[in-house]
Amino acid sequence: MLHIKNLKASIDGKQILKGLNLDVKPGEVHAIMGPNGSGKSTLAAVLAGRDIFEVTEGEVTYMGKNLLELSAEERAKEGIFLGFQYPIEIPGVSMVNFMKTAVNEKLKYKGEKPLSAAEFLKLMREKKALVEIDSNLTNRSVNEGFSGGEKKKNEIFQMAMLEPKLAVLDETDSGLDIDALRIVANGVNKLKTPENATIVITHYQRLLDYIVPDVVHVLYQGRIVKTAGKELALELEEKGYDWIKKELEE
Amino acid sequence: MEKEQDKILTEITENDYKYGFFTDVETEFIPVGLSEETVRLISKKKDEPEFMLEFRLKAFEKWKTMKMPEWAHLKIPEINYQDIIYYAAPKKKKQLNSLDEVDPELRATFDKLGIPLDEQKHLSGVAVDAVMDSVSVKTTFQDSLAEKGIIFCSFSEAVKEHPDLVKKYLASVVPIGDNFFAALNSAVFSDGSFVYIPKGVRCPMELSTYFRINAANTGQFERTLIVADEGAYVSYLEGCTAPMRDENQLHAAIVEIIVEKDAEVKYSTVQNWYPGDKNGKGGIYNFVTKRGICRGDNSKISWTQVETGSAITWKYPSCILKGNNSIGEFYSVAVTNNYQQADTGTKMIHLGRNTKSTIVSKGISAGKSQNSYRGLVKVMKKAENSRNFSQCDSLLLGDKCGAHTFPYIHVDNKSSIVEHEATTSKIGEDQIFYCNQRGISTEDAIGLIVNGYAKEVINQLPMEFAVEAQKLLQISLEGSVG
Repeated sequence: MLHIKNLKASIDGKQILKGLNLDVKPGEVHAIMGPNGSGKSTLAAVLAGRDIFEVTEGEVTYMGKNLLELSAEERAKEGIFLGFQYPIEIPGVSMVNFMKTAVNEKLKYKGEKPLSAAEFLKLMREKKALVEIDSNLTNRSVNEGFSGGEKKKNEIFQMAMLEPKLAVLDETDSGLDIDALRIVANGVNKLKTPENATIVITHYQRLLDYIVPDVVHVLYQGRIVKTAGKELALELEEKGYDWIKKELEE
Repeated sequence: MEKEQDKILTEITENDYKYGFFTDVETEFIPVGLSEETVRLISKKKDEPEFMLEFRLKAFEKWKTMKMPEWAHLKIPEINYQDIIYYAAPKKKKQLNSLDEVDPELRATFDKLGIPLDEQKHLSGVAVDAVMDSVSVKTTFQDSLAEKGIIFCSFSEAVKEHPDLVKKYLASVVPIGDNFFAALNSAVFSDGSFVYIPKGVRCPMELSTYFRINAANTGQFERTLIVADEGAYVSYLEGCTAPMRDENQLHAAIVEIIVEKDAEVKYSTVQNWYPGDKNGKGGIYNFVTKRGICRGDNSKISWTQVETGSAITWKYPSCILKGNNSIGEFYSVAVTNNYQQADTGTKMIHLGRNTKSTIVSKGISAGKSQNSYRGLVKVMKKAENSRNFSQCDSLLLGDKCGAHTFPYIHVDNKSSIVEHEATTSKIGEDQIFYCNQRGISTEDAIGLIVNGYAKEVINQLPMEFAVEAQKLLQISLEGSVG
């Protein structure tokens, strides 16, 4: 589904990703861990098409298409979803209006008919129940005045609404208390199908107690330096990242 | 990829003014320039009674002694008032069967602007007075309104058919010497709309005037006079467009509203004069005096304006709250893009007791434009227990534009309360990206954000107008981010 080959990307002339390789197949959950500044959020942003990052080398193929040629909105409509580490507030724009525009744009892109107001509200009710999000959140402006936890739940709600093929969750666990963490993780698990894939970017093993990954990668200095099964996360939790750094130096 | 996006955005920006066409219709002009002769000629062309000519001449004398106001935060190039044609009228074709009939060419023009002059085509229940250059082309639904005693006609017709009403109310709110542009208008105004709602009548449909500048090198000087007698109600809409031209054209209008006891007038404007091209060439100078008076107790005036057009806007729709318990409202969205300049706001003059005013102003600046809010809240000594609430917000797109707020507050008694709130914010690149990531295009994202920001004002507009205004906001700002 996603093939990343020798990806190099920089911001303001500073190279962050230095030859990253990654393969993700449908139905898989990948966890990407790594110390601060290793390039995790950059990878997420580059996949989503944020243009402040410049891709200087490498290939990214998504569903057989050259992803790097698509704009951010095309990628979204092709089924890539980014769960933001810091979701953005848009005052005055209601969640309902925002989501309705997003959902209908996607349908339009696929050549399908936009949802009527009634159909849309029904869909929203279903998805709200699925991800256990409070009704009042969707009656407010996008992320405006939301607590940190509410913002993250709202990301998962949007993910449920948009039904992405590939979801990239950028530190969705940061700033969550244990209950919110459980709700967010349950949401992600419920949305899992054999056809879609998830990349979970996280600092801590904690989230992976709830979202069990098929593969765990360690991203360090712009490259994936270690790949293993879910037990790797536990090892990292226990030993920290230093042993990997040492291993690399040897 | 980015370059291509830019290209598409630029194309959209350059094509955004869809009302920029010109109608090739035979037009009658008077000679260019302004003198006493011009004033007499206009009056003669319009076959006016003596009192109107006197009114005009008095205004012209006054105007000659006045200077253009310089206090606004605007850079206005020098205007040569002798270079302007003060009267231009589409020629009537002789073969028309009745006086009511409209030249098909003009009908087509208004059709193209989305203003059908055919009453049958009007499902929405809006009566229209269509004004092209200096004359009213057609007023619809006059007969059915007349059944209720409502007068809705062109100003020229009012002067002839209802001289007593005109004499009574004309210049009663905006005196001829009120300001430079008001004096100029009083001397040379050519047409406009007249509305009279009799006692206790609630006008059953929206009344509207659609102003169109068509001829080149001419100025448009129209005058609107709305009178709501005791207990009456009317909602009035105003729209305006002009062809795209490299020269600037002057539009100096006056709107006067008189509201008697227990009556209410709601006045909505969607101003979409040609704003000039992206390099600031051409566009309309929109120098307008709008003022209403709540004469009687418990009366109300509500101004709502969505200002997206004009190269330069100088406009302060105001309320004089004379009656006790009277209410004045001003809701405004002013958008400036490219090199547009706007200095707009309101004046709320509290004279009566327990009077209330609300001001909600939303400025949106993009490109290299300058957008100023200027407002005066004046509470006089006798206006006890009066209240004002003002909210002035500015939204910036990009870093080359300017937003300014000039609030003046003057309170002469101790029982009144005046509140003022102001904010400035920016549409962030991160907001746009957030929308993009959800599959929403940059244009749609700006539309969403701007309309969200302006919602409070848009909600005040009549339904049909609100939809139009939302689209207009989006179009006006296309290409300003990205």
